[in-house]
Amino acid sequence: MTDQQDTQPSDPGDAPEVTSANPGTRLTELASGHESNPTEGRETVFQLDKVTISYSGKPAICDVDLSVHRNLVTAFIGPSGCGKTTLLRSLNRMNDLIPGASVDGRISYHGHDLNGSNVDPVELRRRIGMVFQRPNPFPKSIYDNVAYGMRLHGMKDDLDGRVERALTHAALWDEVKDRLKASALSLSGGQQQRLCIARALAIEPDVVLMDEPASALDPISTQHVEDLVESLKAEYTIIIVTHNMQQSARVADITAFFSVDVRDDGSRSGVLVEHGPTSDLFIRPSDPRTEAYVTGRFG
Amino acid sequence: MSAQDDRNPLTVVSPRSRRRKLQGRLMELLASFAALVAIVVLLVVIFSVAKRGLPAVNADLFTQVAAPFGVEGGGIKNAIVGTLIMTAMATAMAVPIGVLLAIFDTEFAPPQVSVAIRMTLNVLAGVPTIVIGIFIFGLVVVSNGQSAFAASIALAIIILPVIARATEEVLLLVPSTLREGSMALGATRARTVVSVILPSAFGGIVTATIVGVARAAGETAPILFTSSIFANAVVTDPSQPMASMPFAIFTNSESPSHHDQQVAWAAALLLMAFVLLGSITGRLLSLRTRRQIEQMR
Repeated sequence: MTDQQDTQPSDPGDAPEVTSANPGTRLTELASGHESNPTEGRETVFQLDKVTISYSGKPAICDVDLSVHRNLVTAFIGPSGCGKTTLLRSLNRMNDLIPGASVDGRISYHGHDLNGSNVDPVELRRRIGMVFQRPNPFPKSIYDNVAYGMRLHGMKDDLDGRVERALTHAALWDEVKDRLKASALSLSGGQQQRLCIARALAIEPDVVLMDEPASALDPISTQHVEDLVESLKAEYTIIIVTHNMQQSARVADITAFFSVDVRDDGSRSGVLVEHGPTSDLFIRPSDPRTEAYVTGRFG
Repeated sequence: MSAQDDRNPLTVVSPRSRRRKLQGRLMELLASFAALVAIVVLLVVIFSVAKRGLPAVNADLFTQVAAPFGVEGGGIKNAIVGTLIMTAMATAMAVPIGVLLAIFDTEFAPPQVSVAIRMTLNVLAGVPTIVIGIFIFGLVVVSNGQSAFAASIALAIIILPVIARATEEVLLLVPSTLREGSMALGATRARTVVSVILPSAFGGIVTATIVGVARAAGETAPILFTSSIFANAVVTDPSQPMASMPFAIFTNSESPSHHDQQVAWAAALLLMAFVLLGSITGRLLSLRTRRQIEQMR
């Protein structure tokens, strides 16, 4: 863990002034160290204490201590198999759907135990939305895709207006406003992914989890999605999993780096190596494994 | 060819590789031959039935009921109506159960239970239909007498595994990312099935139903026990036994009358056309569904 000292006092509500998705600009900013500690004064959304997630008793990721703060973009980066997606999926209990998956340790969401016996995963998932690795629109119209979650949760007043706002939010409205009744499958991959983001935003979540949301997209669509992430953090708390360091550098305020631990008996599991403001992690990594990864020596 | 070409390593063929090439060609030939045999058999059946049956296909066939014993003439109107009603009833019983079973099996059942269900369905699909006929005979007919209703229960049992397995297959084709997408929006499993899975798999379920209908229409053995003593009149009351196409083929072919034998061929042709049409429609629909689902991946 590397908690950076403040280099410059800053308003906690003031998001880092990044408007360009140009990695060069962003990296220069990072290198110049203009960022203050972005977590300063922000509410904690998730608090993870000694979290271990296992599949059929075999740990996939071990002993994670981490906090996620409001209105920031937190990135989980690391090589394949480090358990970053597993950890992400435990935050809205999508792992419940996998037989044999279990969580040890405590994950709290605004102070409440996420895995408490009285927690309703349905209610939880309404507050904690998710966008998947590959766009997965339902084989319905564009409109019905966005309206799906709202209908589930009885948000039926002004459905048209809500659909429009969600699509506008996801920067897709202008492209689809004339064909809302067309099948979502007729959209391009990048548009489909923004539709999935709109679908998640439509039910007014608190947090949006994104599992490598751009990994199946071309560079231009990727840039759209990244710009979107940047603009969404004013209203939402975002956690994004990526194995792409540049992406993390471009969009994340906080980056958590995970790696794979190989134990003596040959078994492997993911570990959280370090986390902190993205600039620190990339410019002054405190762990040699992080340094090796961010400088491209492995992964 | 020059001596240089002979030394080209890409053209040198060792005895070993020549043998392997021969084996490969032989296997290809055998497999092609087997495919050809299957197609030829089907064509011969269609052709011979059509040749004998077509001349007897006329309006009388559809509008006349079977003639009384010893009287020339008559059609199979009562058998057509009977088969339609019994098949419809069997389908109405088997489709809801089969589809729900498939949904339970693919969406809700724990893995061990789902394996057990699939095995049970496979065994049920392999039970000789005459055994199912005698089962319903003992269960229903002995106490209540023959009826179209009893026959349709037997037919429903026969097509249940057909419908359930075909539905399962298409449900499994629906990408799991759609399930996750729906659950991540806070949908329950049941809601996900109703709103996302079933609409995606609808075409496949229709296919399963058509294949089941085609199967039920052609089944003969269970009819023998359950609906084979009937009047030569159109019956629409399911508590009474009804005539049926397969049984009409059988009885007419046993008749000494040339006309009746002609009618048997015509009925066989009709039944075969119905089943073929069903299978082909089912097949085409299923291809379409598969393509649609492929798009969702």
